[in-house]
Amino acid sequence: MMTVIAARELRKEFTVRVRQGRLRRARRTVAAVDGVDLAIARGEMVGYIGPNGAGKSTTLKMLTGVLTPSGGEVSVCGLSPVRQRTRLARRIGVVFGQRTQLWWDLPLRDSYDLLRHIYRVPAAEHAARLRRCRSLLDLDEFLDIPVRQLSLGQRMRGELTAALLHGPEVLFLDEPTIGLDVVSKQAVRGFLAELGAGGDVTLMLTTHDLADIEKLCRRLLVIDHGRVVHDGTIEALHARYGSRRRVVVELEEPLAAPPEVPGATLVTAGPLRLEYDLTGATAGELLARLAGLAFRDLSIVEPDIEDVVARLYTGAPVTDAP
Amino acid sequence: MGAGFRRYSTYRQATVAGAFTNTVFGFLRCYVLLAVAAGAGTATVGGYDAARLATFVWFGQGLLAVVLLWGWTELADRIRTGDVVADLLRPVHPVTRYLATDLGRAGHAALTRLVPPVLVGPLFFPFYVPHRWSTVPLFVVSVVLATVLCFGCRFLVNATGYWLLDVRGPMVLWALGSGVLAGLYFPLRFLPDWVAVPLWLLTPLPSLFQTPLDVLVEVDPTPRQLWLVVLQAVWVVAILVLCHLVQRSAERRLVVQGG
Repeated sequence: MMTVIAARELRKEFTVRVRQGRLRRARRTVAAVDGVDLAIARGEMVGYIGPNGAGKSTTLKMLTGVLTPSGGEVSVCGLSPVRQRTRLARRIGVVFGQRTQLWWDLPLRDSYDLLRHIYRVPAAEHAARLRRCRSLLDLDEFLDIPVRQLSLGQRMRGELTAALLHGPEVLFLDEPTIGLDVVSKQAVRGFLAELGAGGDVTLMLTTHDLADIEKLCRRLLVIDHGRVVHDGTIEALHARYGSRRRVVVELEEPLAAPPEVPGATLVTAGPLRLEYDLTGATAGELLARLAGLAFRDLSIVEPDIEDVVARLYTGAPVTDAP
Repeated sequence: MGAGFRRYSTYRQATVAGAFTNTVFGFLRCYVLLAVAAGAGTATVGGYDAARLATFVWFGQGLLAVVLLWGWTELADRIRTGDVVADLLRPVHPVTRYLATDLGRAGHAALTRLVPPVLVGPLFFPFYVPHRWSTVPLFVVSVVLATVLCFGCRFLVNATGYWLLDVRGPMVLWALGSGVLAGLYFPLRFLPDWVAVPLWLLTPLPSLFQTPLDVLVEVDPTPRQLWLVVLQAVWVVAILVLCHLVQRSAERRLVVQGG
């Protein structure tokens, strides 16, 4: 697989001044990104998450050539982002959820027309891409309204379209669903899923909404204090931090002694309710062992990624890890 | 360029209000300057007679909005909010992009802000019509150069925001300095040569405003008009190179505000 985004020992340091007394200021160097290694192949959809201030946006800004790294090597589409920024800009699309890249005073339609000229996209290609975005993101109702009058959800859909009209190979999305309502989030996610399904566009997404990641990204990179602390699938993260599926059994009549099942840990044993964490057994094996009981209801609770990530961010000990 | 034109054309009421204000101030300035010239007791002051002075004022009132001496803080605002990131993600150099947008804005101002005072002025005051055909194209070139030069100066004042974040200080200095030394308040030809010549040669300020108006009212013979426009062009090149250097230096130390 061809690597599209590569970084080795990527660092970014900022100097901050700290007050010491009335007039004195001390300089302190803070590493926002502290030796990040990345290798992302063409067509991958990667979630890049971390707590506030972990270095996510800073990494993205270095990958797009906006910020100059303090150290390390970085290459995107075979180009050096800072040195070849304007060349790279033609091959990548970027959406910063908290900033607008559209012309505040102009309707979306005019903005898109200007982007076609700026990126020198042939008219037919531009029209075809815009047509696709219009239907998938329902742009038609606000295409002629100035950007400053759009709602956040509408603007975000507009931003996504603007980032895609020049047919980028790599799409960097920095919190694209921030502040959106459920319907807009679904529209954006659905659109990105469809985009990723084509396999041509590499997508790197930072977010605080883990549902974005679960729905879109097979691979997850977790960054904390400027360093990558996890690189793998969501399942691998669950396995590493001891998340387990839970089987909840509601009984018709009370049991004297709940059955012990190998490969499952009984975590709650009420008179009419049993909860097992699967620590090795499958849900099927567990149910086979409980077959003699009279169930009123039964449910399987998937592990919650929010819990795992919260533990990861806060550095809480993972007590139930296998 | 189209973006700049379209953006400014969306604010129609502001355009009308601006043109009206320029015209009202045109009357004030014209009466003051004509009174000063009359008080001098000679037919001309610094090569300016009454018709030239009135033309200087009325074209100047329109030109003010075309070169846009003051009131542009877009880059500084975007640096302060961190939105400047979006400028760096375009496949065009930021100086080129801002310049193109500014030329679009100037084109819009030339139609909507230059024309009204120039039409109103001659109804009430004597007007100087150029006698030499070469003056008209030279004036157009001079206005374009002044616009680009003024953009460069405004870009540099705004770009101090990369280092200072708050550009109010440099902006006030620029407003004070450019108003007096570019020739907005009075023709710089009123100044003695030992002040005017160094001002022209060592600063870009007279090239922003005074030169196009001097060219228009034919204060000088053609060779000297040409020489003044060449001097403008030299300043344009110098200031644009400086803009590129400042932008490059700023990008190396850029801290994007607000995450």
